[in-house]
Amino acid sequence: MAKRIDVSGLNAYYSSFLAIEDISMTVEPRSVTAFIGPSGCGKSTFLRTLNRMHEVTPGGRVEGKVMLDDENLYGAGIDPVAVRREVGMVFQRPNPFPTMSVYDNVAAGLKLNGKFKKSELDDVVEKSLRGANLWNEVKDRLNKPGSGLSGGQQQRLCIARAIAVEPNVLLMDEPCSALDPISTLAIEDLIGELKERFTIVIVTHNMQQAARVSDRTAFFNLAAVGQPGKLIEIDETERIFSNPSVQATEDYISGRFG
Amino acid sequence: MDITTDPQKPAPAPVPHQPPGKDAKRAARGATRPGDRIFLGLSRGSGIFVLVIMAAIAAFLTYRASIAISKNEANFFTTLEWNPTGTPPEFGIAVLAFGTVVSSVIAMAVAVPIAVGIALFITHYAPRKLGGAIGYVIDLLAAVPSIVYGLWGALVLVPHMEGLFGWLDEYLGWTGVFEWNQGAPRSLFTVGILLAIMILPIITNVSREVFRQVPRMHEEAALALGATRWEVIRMSVLPFGRSGVISASMLGLGRALGETMAVAMVLSSSFEINLSLLDTGGGTFAQNIASKFNEATVMGRDALIASGLVLFVITLLVNGAARMIIGRRKEYSGANA
Amino acid sequence: MSHATLTPKSRSSLRGATLPKWFLWAVAAGSIAAGLGISAAAGLNSSIQWALIAAVLFVLGTYAISARVEGGRQAKDRVATSMVWVAFIVAVIPLASLVWATVKRGVKVLDGYFLTHSMGVVADAEVGGGIYHAILGTLEQVGIATLISVPVGVLTAIYLVEYGSGKLSKAVTFFVDVMTGIPSIVAGLFILSTWILMLDMGPSGFAGSLALSILMIPVVVRSTEEMLKLVPNELREASLALGVPKWRTILKVVLPTSVGGITTGVMLAVARITGETAPVLLLVWGTDFINANPFQDPQESLPMYIYLQFANSGGYGAAYDRAWAAALTLIAFIMILNLAARGIARWKAPKTGR
Repeated sequence: MAKRIDVSGLNAYYSSFLAIEDISMTVEPRSVTAFIGPSGCGKSTFLRTLNRMHEVTPGGRVEGKVMLDDENLYGAGIDPVAVRREVGMVFQRPNPFPTMSVYDNVAAGLKLNGKFKKSELDDVVEKSLRGANLWNEVKDRLNKPGSGLSGGQQQRLCIARAIAVEPNVLLMDEPCSALDPISTLAIEDLIGELKERFTIVIVTHNMQQAARVSDRTAFFNLAAVGQPGKLIEIDETERIFSNPSVQATEDYISGRFG
Repeated sequence: MDITTDPQKPAPAPVPHQPPGKDAKRAARGATRPGDRIFLGLSRGSGIFVLVIMAAIAAFLTYRASIAISKNEANFFTTLEWNPTGTPPEFGIAVLAFGTVVSSVIAMAVAVPIAVGIALFITHYAPRKLGGAIGYVIDLLAAVPSIVYGLWGALVLVPHMEGLFGWLDEYLGWTGVFEWNQGAPRSLFTVGILLAIMILPIITNVSREVFRQVPRMHEEAALALGATRWEVIRMSVLPFGRSGVISASMLGLGRALGETMAVAMVLSSSFEINLSLLDTGGGTFAQNIASKFNEATVMGRDALIASGLVLFVITLLVNGAARMIIGRRKEYSGANA
Repeated sequence: MSHATLTPKSRSSLRGATLPKWFLWAVAAGSIAAGLGISAAAGLNSSIQWALIAAVLFVLGTYAISARVEGGRQAKDRVATSMVWVAFIVAVIPLASLVWATVKRGVKVLDGYFLTHSMGVVADAEVGGGIYHAILGTLEQVGIATLISVPVGVLTAIYLVEYGSGKLSKAVTFFVDVMTGIPSIVAGLFILSTWILMLDMGPSGFAGSLALSILMIPVVVRSTEEMLKLVPNELREASLALGVPKWRTILKVVLPTSVGGITTGVMLAVARITGETAPVLLLVWGTDFINANPFQDPQESLPMYIYLQFANSGGYGAAYDRAWAAALTLIAFIMILNLAARGIARWKAPKTGR
């Protein structure tokens, strides 16, 4: 299931503005990789290049290679729609489909991919909701609108929706930034469980969170506003937080800027 | 924004030299100074004036209509005659109701899907610059007066309808609805098509606004699941925009129901209900008023006013429904913002 | 996983079979050719028909080919795309035709003479004459209607935004909304039943102006309301906190801040009522002669002129030419108003908005 991501020489643009420059890194399968860095350093932009969501923004453009195992996501003849099915995504703010029930939200991705028997769908929905640690809270209200849940529940619903299609990789763009501490804890626990099955990449503003959940951490920075963001270093999380090899990383982590 | 929703009634609180802040606000509200009192009086008076006009419209139309209807010897709703000056006077609105409903239904059936298509084209398919330009042009087209549509309809559209009519007659003539007796194509069907073209810009504009307001994150949620563009539209754009499209359609319907000149110029009217929509004949409320007005006596005018009252009530209901849907939509989207 | 095999595509699941870009153009060209061919073979002569045939063939063709090569989901997506394009083209044709016809036929007799002469001594079938009397009437009727509507509309909006809170303002808001939907012929009938039938006045430009005001007031209220709501509350409070009375705050702070937007709204409202025909037909009647007095006797107006030339043409080309030329003048006037209004809106856009 889980696949390795290998990025080399990646640039991403907004129209003519170069947002991130020359990024190369490897994301290991069945692990959690965290992206940290000051605002505007391009970590979210970079995340969105990993499932070809960046090009959805008007003017968005990407150069370089993103290998998912042995397939270049930006190669000729690659269907971005198929890419997004393989690389799932959870957003900063929970975004369940407001007109759909809890059940339909989870089943939404599956229904796109063809016809399923009701019983099959039921199984997948239950499995995904259990996987997102949400089943016990919503099993009695599967047919209620998903927007009626609390913020933390909505975010776990979005995770359930993403894992229901069994992607190879799960991208999370600051998934806890809109949540209270208790919901955040629930999501963090969940991330620990999910890494058994998926390759997880998480963008976070919160360094404690990166330290808690990730195996490897990548630090992004930008020289100045208006300059492109760059990858400063990527290493084992422990090393990054105890003994980083670049001075800027240490400055950032120790709170000297950012 | 609390100034406008301050629940306190304007109460006389004559305290000179208010300290700034809440008290100043209250004093300003409380119309203590002559200037404030006059200004509040003027603006409130204008608001009341608007209400008075609406009440007067209803009252006067009802009054004149009641004069006509009391003299009417036939049933006002079912009679297929329009002879208010005959002895005895007999007139009814059945023909007009039929024509108005049929032409508006055709207009809606044609215009709504196409308008939704264009709105989607502008917001989700066309390159951004092109979409913006088209939106702008459609905005301007919404301002083209109906008299020009009427002129174009009568002199350009009507000649072009003949081929289509022959075709419909040949393949669908057996239904009876599309039977055509080779008359000039100045029929309710043509009117419906022309009305569709006229209301297209309005429905497109409102739908476009609604589709544009679909939160980006709902669309991205669908995209991230691996949805194609159409699936994104079906999963997040259309459900979000549905009530907006409905109310846009109602606004368009309101315009189609009340359209006068374009119908009067295109339709070859006669006072009969003709189920074959391609043949001439029939009429609509507004068209009937415009065409019969010139030769009408006082009694004739009162009868026309009676039919106008019916039109007034219908458009009130349609527009009221549209507003209610819009109002509900605001609450709904607010809850999810 | 049981459903990990959901993407049974070729070698790689990421690499869907995709049709080349030229494919759509090829199908489009083929459909148009086939549409023309079928129409020619069947002896159909209307452009509507072959275009319809071509459109249907295009949609079906895209679906069939895409479903075979790319699979059902892609095919549906393609059909949706082509339907959206077809909808766009289907709508563009009549609207473009309308503009084209008006411009092409309108320029025929539109010249200085046409703008400065009336129809006084010109019979319907004759060439010549002009729209001077109609322009004069339109300007007067619309001018009076604007003079009535703007104060009432702006004051009502001020009431709703600055003072209103209770039941009265709710009622006013609702009925202003309802009023926007009143058909123009109903507004005409109302003035007919009061001004003409009850007060026993004759037809005049002023009677038309009254009906036009009914149509214009709600538009002015709506747009002014929107603009006043955009004025940030801090401005009001700053002024009130200085001890400036509320009415002066509104006049000196709120209104000047939003004057650009209000002007835009008024101009759009003027553009809307300028094209109204039905109330003029009932209340002003129309005439071939110059009547500069809006308070007495029938007057002409541009839309009314178009209607009369059309209705009384007796099929003569000269009258139709004049109708088109008047239509072009009317559209040009309305478009200039619209463009100017948008220009002002952009120029004067409240900088504090965001």
